[in-house]
Amino acid sequence: MDNWIMIGALLLLMGFAYQFGVLRSRSVAAGGAVRMHSRPGYYGLLVALWCGLPALAVFLLWSMIEPSMIRSVVIEQLPPEVAALDGNQINVILRRVESIASGFGVSDQPAAYELAAAARVSELQGTGRMSMIALMAALAVGGLVFTLRRISPALRARNKVESVVQTLLIICSTIAILTTIGIVLSMLGEAMRFFQFVNPVDFFFGTVWNPRFSTVGSGDQGQFGLLPLLWGTIMVSIVALLIAVPIGLMTAIYMAEYAPGWLRSVAKPVIEVLAGIPTIVYGFFALVTVGPFFHGLGLAVGLDVRATSALTAGVVMGIMIIPFVSSLSDDIITQVPRAMRDGSLGLGATKSETIRNVVLPAALPGIVGAFLLAASRAIGETMIVVLAAGNSPVLHANPFEAVSTVTVTIVNQLTGDLDFASPQSLVAFALGLTLFVITLALNVVALYIVRKYREQYE
Amino acid sequence: MSDQAVTHDTPHAPPQSGRQRTPQHELVKKSLGRRHAAEMRFRAAGMSAVLFGLAMVALLFVTIFAKGIPAFWQATFNIPVYFDPEIVKVEPRPQAQPGETPAQLRDRDLAWQTQVTMVNWNRVIENALIEHLPEAASKRPLVRRLVTSGERFGLRDMFVANPELLGQRVTLRLLADANVDVWLKGNIDRDLPDSQQQLPPEVRQWADALYERGVIEMKFSTSLFMNPDSRSSLASAGLAGAIMGSLYMMLIVILIAVPVGVASAIYLEEYAPRNKFTDLIEVNINNLAAVPSIIFGLLGAAVFINWFKMPLSAPIVGGLVLSLMTLPTVIIATRSTLKAIPPSIRQAALGIGASKTQTIFHHVLPLALPGILTGAIIGVAQAIGETAPLLLIGMSAFVASVPATPFDQATALPVQIYLWQGNELRNFFEARTSAAIVVLLAVMISMNALAILLRKRFEQRW
Repeated sequence: MDNWIMIGALLLLMGFAYQFGVLRSRSVAAGGAVRMHSRPGYYGLLVALWCGLPALAVFLLWSMIEPSMIRSVVIEQLPPEVAALDGNQINVILRRVESIASGFGVSDQPAAYELAAAARVSELQGTGRMSMIALMAALAVGGLVFTLRRISPALRARNKVESVVQTLLIICSTIAILTTIGIVLSMLGEAMRFFQFVNPVDFFFGTVWNPRFSTVGSGDQGQFGLLPLLWGTIMVSIVALLIAVPIGLMTAIYMAEYAPGWLRSVAKPVIEVLAGIPTIVYGFFALVTVGPFFHGLGLAVGLDVRATSALTAGVVMGIMIIPFVSSLSDDIITQVPRAMRDGSLGLGATKSETIRNVVLPAALPGIVGAFLLAASRAIGETMIVVLAAGNSPVLHANPFEAVSTVTVTIVNQLTGDLDFASPQSLVAFALGLTLFVITLALNVVALYIVRKYREQYE
Repeated sequence: MSDQAVTHDTPHAPPQSGRQRTPQHELVKKSLGRRHAAEMRFRAAGMSAVLFGLAMVALLFVTIFAKGIPAFWQATFNIPVYFDPEIVKVEPRPQAQPGETPAQLRDRDLAWQTQVTMVNWNRVIENALIEHLPEAASKRPLVRRLVTSGERFGLRDMFVANPELLGQRVTLRLLADANVDVWLKGNIDRDLPDSQQQLPPEVRQWADALYERGVIEMKFSTSLFMNPDSRSSLASAGLAGAIMGSLYMMLIVILIAVPVGVASAIYLEEYAPRNKFTDLIEVNINNLAAVPSIIFGLLGAAVFINWFKMPLSAPIVGGLVLSLMTLPTVIIATRSTLKAIPPSIRQAALGIGASKTQTIFHHVLPLALPGILTGAIIGVAQAIGETAPLLLIGMSAFVASVPATPFDQATALPVQIYLWQGNELRNFFEARTSAAIVVLLAVMISMNALAILLRKRFEQRW
């Protein structure tokens, strides 16, 4: 809580600094007699920034460094037989020490060394806090006074404030890059550690997935073959695309070419609702409604259809992707120039002949792009398959049977205890890397095709 | 386009004397029926595709709401409970004594609370029930099964909060056991043989009798919203922890993804020079938007949890992961809004001497604000519906408390749905899960409605 008070005080001081800056610049301007470079507000902002930013930086640095510093000092001071304990026991003692130092106390009789350590901790914390506050105050007041004194007609306050703003903007926009770098590095790093346990060839071309539960250090490793999972992913995605692409495409065509205005204005947003529903809801829907329905249908026609199967997961995923395909295709179809349609219609072709023989071939590259984007969505989808695909990592080609996918396996291997030392957990990163590379490739190709297509008609 | 002029000028224009029937004419005429049929078929296919989409939306909502809405009402006892001093034998609550550290007082207080917990609260509840079921007095273990097991802790907490209750008779609402709820709602087949029923025949009979007499009522279930998750007392499992966790994450996403996203969109759209570096950022953002969400979960597990040693299952980590995931959405939405602001606005501001930053912050941004807000709301709504990345950072752990800060263990609404759908007591939890989905959908729909409202209200066509 103390920290919040300190931040609040700093913000308050910055508010005052702003006012001082404004007043000072007005007095320098002497009621308009001298022409200042910037408007008063900019001088105020400049003073406030100089007052607040350095102090804030000190605060952040100090908060990051202080706990570990105190910790190392305290551990050094503990009696050697205590300091030799392992990490967890040390943590317990340190927590007790902290509790004594904060005045809350511990319920049993504290040991002498604990009391001594606590005294040291409270002393260190006290001096640390005091010196931090002193430093922050000095920086804040110093910055304030220094900048106030610099205010003169020639001070280019606006340019300085604007360059600070611009720097902040640049920092923000590099976060996207840092995220990508973080993804690539963490995936690569952990996957490399996985490949120390398992030969990459066995992983990428293995046909058996049986990771087993082995404790760290035991020689028993299990088999990590990617192919059954990849095949499961592909099977579910194929089913999904078989549903989503024709229906999505026909929806887009009907909306763009046939539907009366009122129908379009009603049906389009309603179908787009499908895109906004969380995937866990689709998973539940698949599990309790669609799966049993297919199972019953299978019984009726004499087929053995499992309730949780590639079919169930694929169909529901297809429903989920329909709006995605239809809105992408809609964009693409409306981009086909009017003249091409008119030409075909003028020759006497019916509307559907025009669409099939003129519009669709012209839009084909764009539609292929949409198809690839939809495929990448389907491959990366997780919750539907976790709930409805049945999780059975075996190579087979029957869509009525349960399958397992790459995403399901990532979830299975990494939920619960996070243990970054066993191949059983680390394999999730190798799978993630595979998934990342596949979806990235699909996206890059798709975006390239779509862009090329767009240029063609612009 | 003047089609007529074109046809007149073309060398191969058909002869104007169209009255005369040429063989081509016959051919076209003959094929017309087939072609029109094909046209009708194509049209019908388009129509049925649209209808399929609409039907799926309807089916999804109808099945989930039909299952979920009844779960908002829950079988509840409305009975007087007597805090019998014969059963509730405890000392008065300890007070702070001079010369005592807070830790010691807490220890004595905990000892007292343990004493209160040791009280046979089940007996208190049983006695209350037996008042209405005199015939059940000899079958106490069966009577106990009417009320969900968590209610004894409810009585304990009530007593800890107010020790004055000793010796008093208070009319309370006690939640019926999950199986009683299932039985009374008819969610289990009433004709099943005893061996397949969850409840013994006596308990079922009592439940029916009490329901008829109005002692058990279907009351709006506040416990669904006020209680955290529970595994021992299924009827009192609620969403409070999940809602709080989702709220914290939403806050973090709003505080991180929205400002950072808007700032980077402003930079990329307004300031950035066209060079290799900004091209790289652009490609990057487009790709990030299409990276599967589960990859962000892996990022969170490796970076935030393994490297930075942040706590498992904490909303702060979930919020950070979801922020990174939402960032591209916000950036792309903001950029397209900024792009739509006509250059004349910028030129006008620059023309009368505003600096670039002034132009953007004083003129372009206010005009773009509704669009930016719409994009941000849609992004945040997407983030709170996301499940997969949260599973990887340990948010699927069972948490039986409401998180007090974003650093405590918590779960999230979609993750709670995932956890509940796997519960063994399907008859009860299918409805409960649907109710949780209704809550989640209600949140998301209201956020999206807000976004649409904003867009409709402030949309400007230039």
